[in-house]
Amino acid sequence: MSQQRRKVFISGNEATAEGGIAGGCRHFFGYPITPQNKIPEYMAEELPKIGGVYLQAESEVAAINMVYGAASAGARVMTTSSSPGIALMQEGLSYCLGSELPCVLVNMVRGGPGLGNIGPAQSDYWLATRGCGHGDGRCITLTPYSVQELHDFTAGAFEIADRYRNPVMVLADAILASMMEPCELIPRRDLPAPDRPWAVGPHDPDQRERNIVNSLWVEFDVMEAVSQRLEERYRQAAEEITDWDEFGSDEPQVMICAYGISARICESAVMQANDELGIRTRLIRPKTVFPFPTEPIRSWAERVDAALVVELSMGQFVEDVRLAVEGRCPVDLLGRAGGNVPTVGDVVEKIREAALRAGVARV
Amino acid sequence: MPKVKIDAERCKQCMLCVEFCPRDSLRISERTNLKGYHPVEQCDEESCTGCGICALVCPSVCVEVYR
Amino acid sequence: MAEAKLINPYPKGLTEVEMRYCPGCTHGTAHRLVAEVLEELDIIDRTVAIATVGCSVYAYEYFNTDAVQAAHGRGPAVATGIKRVQPETVVFSYQGDGDLASIGMAEVVHAAARSENITIIFINNAVFGMTQGQMAPTTLLGQKTTTSPQGRTVEAAGYPIRICEMLATLPGASFLAREALTTPARIRSSKRSIRRAFETQLAGAGFALVELLSICPTWWRMDPLEAIRHVEEKMIDYYPLEVFRDRLAEEDEGGDTNA
Repeated sequence: MSQQRRKVFISGNEATAEGGIAGGCRHFFGYPITPQNKIPEYMAEELPKIGGVYLQAESEVAAINMVYGAASAGARVMTTSSSPGIALMQEGLSYCLGSELPCVLVNMVRGGPGLGNIGPAQSDYWLATRGCGHGDGRCITLTPYSVQELHDFTAGAFEIADRYRNPVMVLADAILASMMEPCELIPRRDLPAPDRPWAVGPHDPDQRERNIVNSLWVEFDVMEAVSQRLEERYRQAAEEITDWDEFGSDEPQVMICAYGISARICESAVMQANDELGIRTRLIRPKTVFPFPTEPIRSWAERVDAALVVELSMGQFVEDVRLAVEGRCPVDLLGRAGGNVPTVGDVVEKIREAALRAGVARV
Repeated sequence: MPKVKIDAERCKQCMLCVEFCPRDSLRISERTNLKGYHPVEQCDEESCTGCGICALVCPSVCVEVYR
Repeated sequence: MAEAKLINPYPKGLTEVEMRYCPGCTHGTAHRLVAEVLEELDIIDRTVAIATVGCSVYAYEYFNTDAVQAAHGRGPAVATGIKRVQPETVVFSYQGDGDLASIGMAEVVHAAARSENITIIFINNAVFGMTQGQMAPTTLLGQKTTTSPQGRTVEAAGYPIRICEMLATLPGASFLAREALTTPARIRSSKRSIRRAFETQLAGAGFALVELLSICPTWWRMDPLEAIRHVEEKMIDYYPLEVFRDRLAEEDEGGDTNA
């Protein structure tokens, strides 16, 4: 990239919106919901300046269907919301999956179920990785843990969506949405129009057949073939884009698995455990949760005595960790909910308990 | 000579053309098409003026009118 | 004597695919009229049809245009998405009464309120057809359906919804008409309104909707002729045929365009 990144002090929501613009998004459809309102506000301000379109939909249901229409027409398109709004988008998201349309969604997760609250939460893990509407489709799901990553992941999500012809979800939370950090912004630039020979629009009938964007396949074999094609893409994505970070001891006794804001807290806890308690601890932080970094977690599980999962839910992400660990070591959970967040001390204490049970620490 | 041609395989025997024909020049045929309907046929070419009402009311888009 | 010439060549706006509708169902008539209008306006290759959920779900196989299949009721939102990306593309959503007046009410009302520059073909046959004859929001009082077996009552299900009259309260609605696909004269009139609805979009004048009173012989349990009589005698009484709004004409007359 020839242009230099500009460093700014910016909120997660704004970094996300600017990330979308940097990723080539020029069409945004959304509906207000806390804690992500700064994103649509930012888009409403900025997109018209660069020839883009911001439209406030009448509901999240309409917003995702506008996304579906815009994606059908070949646009790089995006919507953002928070938990109850993402729940409302499930049907339209399933249509995007079934019709193999690239698009980007951001979920700034808040407390639930029900109306819940506007505090930070990670309790939409299942919604993101298991949900995405009815049927066999899955959303590629990215899990940033800083304002910088919110920006970068959102920008990069468009390319991933294009590569796999699949919706991509950026899964964050109310803290990341609102907190302010230094962030190096990717320069805005006009990207070439994406190559989408399947998109609908004006055409010369001598040059191509009619394009039809559709997810209705009444023949069982045809429907199954679509599901198999999606599955093959997910397998391919697992090989190509599975991403994670690791931090801490190279010869760990305890492995911590956490993503997003929880991983931020765990970094400090890992340092304390290593330096102050003498419990050798390593953090495995998924940057993608679908595809899931099964291999590194499995591989460390062979070598550690205990694993601890920290998440802002009563236990969703932990299931994927247990599937990866497959009984190789005990897996403990520190789950907080309802907007509450564990302190560094809470995590350190939990590390100590896990180490004690595994017989690798005294005290 | 004005006349109408009906695609017998597409006709679903809904009778709208027969009913709306101002010259009573259409009728249900004896034969059966692959779907099991008795397709409409022209029974009176002489009276047909080629007005096109049969085609206008046909929901199956299976009537051609020559004039 | 001159060789007789074909006066109604098969519309270029339709594919050769045979429509799956029941005998007498006027979906076929509506499809043909739309296809003829697209051909006459020479816009087939820059039109995107939106097929919705209901008996007309396969519309994307019948219209000889690019097409998008939309979730139940969401046609106007999908049309909005396409139109905002491609303002030069002609976009129309083809919806039944279950799709538009029940599950999709919010989308159509807001598309009209925004004066979204799209065209909607609204088929009102007062019943859910594809799901086998259940009561629709437009089902007449007293009308028997599989979910109003004693006939629709106000007590149980309230009143049928008049979509055009409702949308006419919105200044954003630029063309609104109700027609009926019953008699030759009414079918010709329907085509005039369909054409006007597309001309409204081509002029960039905003939201256009044509409601077409249609028959469902199968779920009304009538033969097609009885069904047509039912529209003429009962439905038109509750759903009057009228051009409720024609912004292009108002502008031509230099009249008040602010509704």
